[in-house]
Amino acid sequence: MMNIRLYVLQRATAMIMAPLVLAHLFIIFYAASRGLSAADILGRTRGSIGWGAFYALFVLAAAAHGSIGLRVIAAEWAGLRGRRLDIVMWSFGALLAMLGLRAVAAVVLP
Amino acid sequence: MTMHATTHRRNALWIAAMAHRLSGLALACFLPLHFLVLGLAIDGEARLEGFLKWTANPAVKLAETGLVFLLAIHMLGGLRLLVIENLPWRPVQKELATAALVAAGLAAVAFLACAV
Repeated sequence: MMNIRLYVLQRATAMIMAPLVLAHLFIIFYAASRGLSAADILGRTRGSIGWGAFYALFVLAAAAHGSIGLRVIAAEWAGLRGRRLDIVMWSFGALLAMLGLRAVAAVVLP
Repeated sequence: MTMHATTHRRNALWIAAMAHRLSGLALACFLPLHFLVLGLAIDGEARLEGFLKWTANPAVKLAETGLVFLLAIHMLGGLRLLVIENLPWRPVQKELATAALVAAGLAAVAFLACAV
């Protein structure tokens, strides 16, 4: 179901994401309390290498973490095994990474 | 299912593990939609602005609060797991589980207070 490499990757991405999630929650509170518009948000993110790196790392870690988590649930609750399990994990991971990096490009590229 | 087979479900640690799993599953369902919305900015800020205006709806604010709660509960539940796996703190597992839930609840309420 989950080999040692996937287990380590799951924990490593969790450790990477812990500070990123805290920062993301802080940003959400900041944007909500100030009622920032799309122009305000994009004005801060567009052309920023820092925000681009922050969110690209966040997206890739979330894609790996989420797809491994989904693999465990698919095995334990849906009884999937072997190749089907790999297909679920890789498909979901690829979907998250593709949509996520597209979103990062949308808010960061000038 | 027998009584004996389900008694563990009243255990705080089992509930914490289930909350972690369900919040993760809900976030996995939400993430593709979140990315699609942010991707609206690729067609110009007007489309993203239109969506952000829609999110001012109280029902959407409530749903956003739920998502903040899920994110907070999943992160805190994950930290609980990392602590349990990597540090010799096992006797305080139940307290950590409860503290994670309380902190997640406070984060969600704080978000609602900021957003409204």
